[in-house]
Amino acid sequence: MTTGGPNLARRPDGAALVIALILAVIAGVIIWQTSQMRLPPVQQRVGPTVFPYVIAAGLLALSLGTLVQALRGSFPPREKGDMGPMLWIVAGLLAQIMLLSTAGFAIATGLLFAFTAKGFGRGPLWQTIPIGIVFALLVWFIFARGLQLSLPAGPLERLLP
Amino acid sequence: MDTFGLLYEGLLSALQWQNLIYAFIGVTLGTAVGVLPGIGPALTVALLLPVTYKLDAAGSLIMFAGIYYGGMYGGSTTSILLNTPGESASIVTALEGNKMARKGRGGPALATAAIGSFIAGLIATLALAFIAPWVVKIALMFGPADYFALMVLAFVTVSAAFGDSPLRGITALFIGLGLGLIGIDLQSGQARLAFGIPDLLDGIEVTTLAVALFAIGETLMIASTSANVKDEVMAIKGSVWMTLEDWKRSWAPWLRGTAIGFPIGAMPAGGAEIGTFFSYAAERQLTKHPEEFGEGAIEGVAGPEAANNASAAGTLVPLLTLGLPTSATAAIMLAGFQQFGLQPGPLLFTNNASLVWALIASLLVANFMLVVLNLPLVGLWVRLLNIPKPWLYGGILVFATLGTLGANGAMSGHLGPISFSFELMMLLAFGVLGYLLRLFGYPIAPVVIGLILGPMAEQQLRRALAISQGDFTALVHSPIAIGLYVIAAAAVLVPLWLRMRGKGDVLSQMAADED
Repeated sequence: MTTGGPNLARRPDGAALVIALILAVIAGVIIWQTSQMRLPPVQQRVGPTVFPYVIAAGLLALSLGTLVQALRGSFPPREKGDMGPMLWIVAGLLAQIMLLSTAGFAIATGLLFAFTAKGFGRGPLWQTIPIGIVFALLVWFIFARGLQLSLPAGPLERLLP
Repeated sequence: MDTFGLLYEGLLSALQWQNLIYAFIGVTLGTAVGVLPGIGPALTVALLLPVTYKLDAAGSLIMFAGIYYGGMYGGSTTSILLNTPGESASIVTALEGNKMARKGRGGPALATAAIGSFIAGLIATLALAFIAPWVVKIALMFGPADYFALMVLAFVTVSAAFGDSPLRGITALFIGLGLGLIGIDLQSGQARLAFGIPDLLDGIEVTTLAVALFAIGETLMIASTSANVKDEVMAIKGSVWMTLEDWKRSWAPWLRGTAIGFPIGAMPAGGAEIGTFFSYAAERQLTKHPEEFGEGAIEGVAGPEAANNASAAGTLVPLLTLGLPTSATAAIMLAGFQQFGLQPGPLLFTNNASLVWALIASLLVANFMLVVLNLPLVGLWVRLLNIPKPWLYGGILVFATLGTLGANGAMSGHLGPISFSFELMMLLAFGVLGYLLRLFGYPIAPVVIGLILGPMAEQQLRRALAISQGDFTALVHSPIAIGLYVIAAAAVLVPLWLRMRGKGDVLSQMAADED
């Protein structure tokens, strides 16, 4: 954890500078995309471009405000995140997304479950993946069969009556 | 027909057996999910929205009412037994309630929370039933310019008035407003910021954003920071029932909490937690046992819990009568209405009167079910609290992705030969956004509210300007609009003034985080 309240360490806050930059970039993208819109010749005075410009202007102002706070180092202290567990979870989500259409809900979601558990320190994967798949299959059965939700089916789901 | 007649008809409809079953399933699921640590009412309703997809509008909204109230009850159980408030509105409950649980008085703490919630819910729902028709009458006088002013007021109070940094609150709001631009513009039919991606033409789903920010963002945050923090679940020792002394000390705080919570929830300002803080402060002033405060005073549980539930019912006043969501939970409920093509607002009361009154009546029914269910089943809820974190968060992610798939399961994205769900990809992206927002101390609720309210505000603004033929001064012609702008300005300036006088701590505690 970084200590030091506002004004104590008057060092520019690097991450906050990045946030200011991102806000400015989003504003730029909104302005650019909106300026590309082709408006029909007969248009109300207040067309579909006004609100985007207003919001982009607001984002630019907020970017400036964030810049000032970043330079004054007055962002709240934050905990140093541990990237490892996060990567497991993001990997689990990506694996699920990529596998869903071919492997079906249970296998893909079972992997997500196991990878998330791994992110929270529970393993080994050869144990948690089967647990996850059985759990996800049960969930699939309840929601796809019981509640008629359309969830992708794969080889395992087709085995169920 | 008068309110009594309408409410009676609503009750008849809510008491039909299939509607009772919907309400029962709703309260059970709502409590079970709401009790899980780290899941507040907003996430509870977002996660459970898919369960209601296949029902008809009435059944779905009735189940929703149960989920909403059930989630509130579940949250208080968590904060008393675990000291990890699932939502900011339960922070105060955790303060005294967890102390009581540590002293072996967890049972009475849960009981006073449950009965207080029941009484508050009962009174506040009746108040909702009687006030709503009046607000509808006033709302029917509102022109587009007044609506726009009302939404500006909601934007200001949700993002800037509370919380520790107006800059970060407004930034969060503008991120939501920016996301709200994406998709086809309703009035001109032109695509905005869709980048040629067909999936973006319909805009961004509120539920996808809410589930991502709350569920995925929270999971990432917990995984990356507190892997080594061990939460301790308090066992319930002794009787669950309150003694005569407990009853004597609880009834007045219940009523005071209700009186404080309902008006605060009903104002277009948002934030159930504000009422709980006021109620706690009031009980602390009025108590005959000041020495017990901070050590487990039952008044400190009874009052804030009642205030919490009363303001939850109060939030439904602007939502149903004006179509104005003032909390993340209300924003998701609004999305639930929209999925059936229903637009909350004054017209809902005239066009779908039976539906609205069935909904209000089922809030009463859900409230009765909860007080009957909650205490006997407390052992079951405690077992849910003991689920180890790896399984808990694994399960949360399974249900988060399940809900997103259930809402939009189209495998419309393509990466080489693999087709994938674009909606899930957005869930992941917004999940990472949610983590970053949390990491840097940005509030979450303004993002969700900006997304759903932004397009509505734009519509009213353009309507107002179309009527005035582009004359911007028309925005401040009506006294209603001027009054609303004055309140909005006060909502920014008064906290600013308080902060400059060194009272910032109180405000930052009121941060509208979860709800």
